[in-house]
Amino acid sequence: MTIEIDHITKRFGTFRALDDVSLDLPRGELVALLGPSGCGKTTLLRIIAGLENADTGRILLDGNDATDKHVRERHVGFVFQHYALFRHMSVFENVAFGLRVKPRKVRPAEAEIRRRVMELLDLVQLSWLKDRFPAQLSGGQRQRIALARALAVEPQVLLLDEPFGALDAKVRKELRRWLRRLHDELHISSIFVTHDQEEALEVADRIVLMNRGRIEQIGNPRQIYEEPSTSFAYSFIGNVNAFRGRVEGSNVRIGSDLLPHARTDLAEGEPVVAYARPHDTEIVSDGPEAAGVAARVNRVLTNGSVSRVELIANGPERDGAKDYFEVEVGAEELSRLGLANGQRVRLQSRRLSLFPDHQQGRSS
Amino acid sequence: MAGAATLEGRVSASATRFEGRVATSDSGLVKSAILFVSLTFFAVFILLPLILVFVEAFRKGWQAYFAALVDPDALSAVRLTLLAAAIAVPLNLIFGIAAAWAIARFEFRGKQFLITLIDLPFSVSPVVAGLVYVLVFGAHGWFGGWLQDHDIRIIFAVPGIVLATIFVTFPFVARELIPLMQSQGRDEEEAAITLGASGLQAFWRVTLPNIKWALLYGVILCNARAMGEFGAVSVVSGHIRGETNTMPLHVEILYNEYQFAAAFAVASLLAFLALVTLVLKSYVEWQAARTASGEQH
Repeated sequence: MTIEIDHITKRFGTFRALDDVSLDLPRGELVALLGPSGCGKTTLLRIIAGLENADTGRILLDGNDATDKHVRERHVGFVFQHYALFRHMSVFENVAFGLRVKPRKVRPAEAEIRRRVMELLDLVQLSWLKDRFPAQLSGGQRQRIALARALAVEPQVLLLDEPFGALDAKVRKELRRWLRRLHDELHISSIFVTHDQEEALEVADRIVLMNRGRIEQIGNPRQIYEEPSTSFAYSFIGNVNAFRGRVEGSNVRIGSDLLPHARTDLAEGEPVVAYARPHDTEIVSDGPEAAGVAARVNRVLTNGSVSRVELIANGPERDGAKDYFEVEVGAEELSRLGLANGQRVRLQSRRLSLFPDHQQGRSS
Repeated sequence: MAGAATLEGRVSASATRFEGRVATSDSGLVKSAILFVSLTFFAVFILLPLILVFVEAFRKGWQAYFAALVDPDALSAVRLTLLAAAIAVPLNLIFGIAAAWAIARFEFRGKQFLITLIDLPFSVSPVVAGLVYVLVFGAHGWFGGWLQDHDIRIIFAVPGIVLATIFVTFPFVARELIPLMQSQGRDEEEAAITLGASGLQAFWRVTLPNIKWALLYGVILCNARAMGEFGAVSVVSGHIRGETNTMPLHVEILYNEYQFAAAFAVASLLAFLALVTLVLKSYVEWQAARTASGEQH
């Protein structure tokens, strides 16, 4: 079903969990709500489910206003971070729960319930565990059972709250691939909340990036990674080198260093932060007239065809603050540069993205 | 306390390990000294009185024992005690679940105050509790005149005894449930609701099975206290034989009249009740520990 979130605001005391959030999600997509903890993503998910009420704004499911509808009438499936399986029921009964609590008139017969539950357990490949209790399952198994249980009532939309958050790294990776395959099979509109950018980039059709109760950017994983539209989006997604300074003509002045940029719409002296991905950052040899940010080579991590060079910049011009940078260098380039630990170099970028720097603007 | 029961289980396991090592075990002398002190204390102050109750009860033989029990006043006291418990326990079961539900599941102003209030009957002397009811409902109390006009008797009558019993036994169920329900959280209930369960279905099928052992434990303690309560009931009862005497009050009256065998005969019933309570309590603790350890894997 399509989901429309229309100017939703939610406060907890004085804390603004959601600040006038609007969002349209088409049918059948797997959408990730991505953001750091406290950004309001779980609150938004719970408001869509009806487990939480918004202060203002509306939720439309398939074009119908569902704002005042009870959770039961919204036809959503909800998967909790800590599984929330019924601990006193067997796996089979957990999955059957949604069917058993239906009003008598629409409740399927016992044989039909049995058939449906076994079908779902086959779908999550755990039918051999049907008589076990939740306590006897691993985390990954529990979450798959929780998903089967949510699917039993044939929800119009599936909401997953940090579904892999409580699992260890390996199981997590397996499960998210499995979730993607499952979604490709069922095509049920799904929203999952995560703080793990890798997870969002790998699994989702569309990513909604959130920060401090607001939406920063919406896009497919490629757009989110390659064309971050805000300063936050740049720093949250992927590895990035940040240079903070002020605009000086066609350069950014960082302490005593100058970094050339190509933007023409910036006011002279404006505080900016310049971002460059490690693979878009270049190491050039140091010289008296050389442009770029001065740094010292700290470590060279060779790992296959691409090496990562870690650099440190500090000194009086940075008020003693230490900045770490990372540059990805191909094997050929690395041997041409012949870097040694502690060597002084300069950093430049082929692709520099500039954003007004509020943090710096406030402090100076 | 279901939580304490499971804790005990875990502690005893680690204690065995601790004891097993030479490096961490104490000398035999220390061990036997501690054992001796605690066992002596237990024997003198707990076991001996319990035995004495039964010995004294049967001092004048079986016939005197049963005669004391089937005495009309004694039977009336037993009936009144059972009646008070039969009203107070179910009511406190409902109050307890409601209070624990409200505290564990919702955020509201004055929550801390409510928790303190629930503990009040534990912290205030039962005699004071009884006196408060006298002040409120007694002949010279706030509602005394109005009650008299409408010919309703509360103090020195059965309703007063029931009220006092409810008051002193109020915390037992709530106190058992609050920590358990808080630790279990509301995820499972929310899951039930999203799966289409009504509030009542969620309660019967999800909440209640999760709290049943703690609930039972609270009810057992509540019942034991309801039947054994002396102080509060004594103040509001008026000690009218055959009418407003509960078992503990009846024991006192008989004792004051130097009818020791009869007093101990009735007391033996209360002691027997205590033993049954202990057995039930141990069983519930054992069950709760089993359920909880099942969740550990």
